[in-house]
Amino acid sequence: MAKNNHNELARFEHCVLPHLDAAFNLARWLVGNDHDAQDLAQESCMRALKYFAGFHGSDARAWLLTIVRNTTFTWLRQHRMQELTMTIEDDYFDAAAASSEIVGLSPSNPETQLSQQADADQLRQAIEQLPVEFREVMVLRELEDLPYKQIAAITGVPVGTVMSRLARARKRLQQILTSGATAPENTAHGL
Amino acid sequence: MDCNELNVTLNAYVDGELDALTTARIESHLQSCASCQRRLREQMDVRAAIKTATPYFKAPANLRNRIHAELHKEAKTRWLDYLNTWRWPSMGAALSSVVLFGASLVLVLSMPSADELVAREVVSGHVRSLMAEHLTDIRSTDQHTVKPWFIGQLDFSPPVHDLATQGFALAGGRLDYVNNRQVAALVYHYRKHVINLFIWPAGKETTSNPNEREWQGYAAYEWTQAGMQFWAVSDINTTDLRQFARLLRFSAIAPPPQ
Repeated sequence: MAKNNHNELARFEHCVLPHLDAAFNLARWLVGNDHDAQDLAQESCMRALKYFAGFHGSDARAWLLTIVRNTTFTWLRQHRMQELTMTIEDDYFDAAAASSEIVGLSPSNPETQLSQQADADQLRQAIEQLPVEFREVMVLRELEDLPYKQIAAITGVPVGTVMSRLARARKRLQQILTSGATAPENTAHGL
Repeated sequence: MDCNELNVTLNAYVDGELDALTTARIESHLQSCASCQRRLREQMDVRAAIKTATPYFKAPANLRNRIHAELHKEAKTRWLDYLNTWRWPSMGAALSSVVLFGASLVLVLSMPSADELVAREVVSGHVRSLMAEHLTDIRSTDQHTVKPWFIGQLDFSPPVHDLATQGFALAGGRLDYVNNRQVAALVYHYRKHVINLFIWPAGKETTSNPNEREWQGYAAYEWTQAGMQFWAVSDINTTDLRQFARLLRFSAIAPPPQ
């Protein structure tokens, strides 16, 4: 009889654990360090096992990512409340726009592409400094290639909000690419 | 569709989130508007830059082991709780209905759809091209050499775009046979992998959002654009293949300046 339970675990390991990379990656981008990300990924997996009997969908990755997202946000609320204060969202983007002198957009030629390579570090830093609600949609879209609808389901916001967050985040990063500006320092997002 | 409307929908368009009708309207506007083409290229550039700048953090091996151990420990304790609450008589009935349902599901699922048959054909075509060392009939990295070669061989002219600057280098083309007709097969090299791109005139649908599937370890990516049916097949991962397909779709609309 113990076989039955083993099968359940085997099914979980077959269905959910292949998405451990995705789980860790999301947690890592949201909290910014390996140690906490590992703990959060593990906690999420244990929660997922607990609720696995109730999971009948076909997309285990999106399901696991929802659990990771919620687990991580609960943790952020307990440990870094200041990062979740969305009222500064507009200030962040206004300050960002003001601090970058937006010059004409560069045409795509090999030279620009080279300098873009050199700017990759700067760009990565800028992504790390985006407010966490923007970072999560960027990671889910750019690294997991998820459709808007699933991103909306995972993050618990309407599809329209996903669209506008993506558009604003990309615009901000485009400004950084074309003007070489850095993220503003007068926000609550520590550098 | 005007420039303002396009500006609002451009993000969703590049993300492949729009319905076929809106996509077609955008693409017809793009064809005739140089400034929107430039905007599209800028979007592609910023996305490419973001992709290179955002590492994918893989789960470390020790985390994997830790979770594995923890799961087995948890499963053991849960099983003991479970035994105490289980209602034994209902089990037999439940089990037999599950078996019946499962059996009928297997029957339904094992019948391949028309699309799936084509997917199998293009994957076989891909494998065949590698095994028989008959990858190309015309070997050239120049799209202006490859494209004219097909004229006279086929009753249609496939679009040919080299994507070497984005990492997908055109290597040549050949004729192949898929879906009961002669088709164009373009060959691309990506790192050490080969991508076969099969092209033939589409049936009714002229524009559709892409579909992807995997078959025997190969990734296949399918879409329709400007009246042509495209199937890209390779052993590279689906993310890279998706990127390849995306770049092709865009270079058809906004070719990079020469």
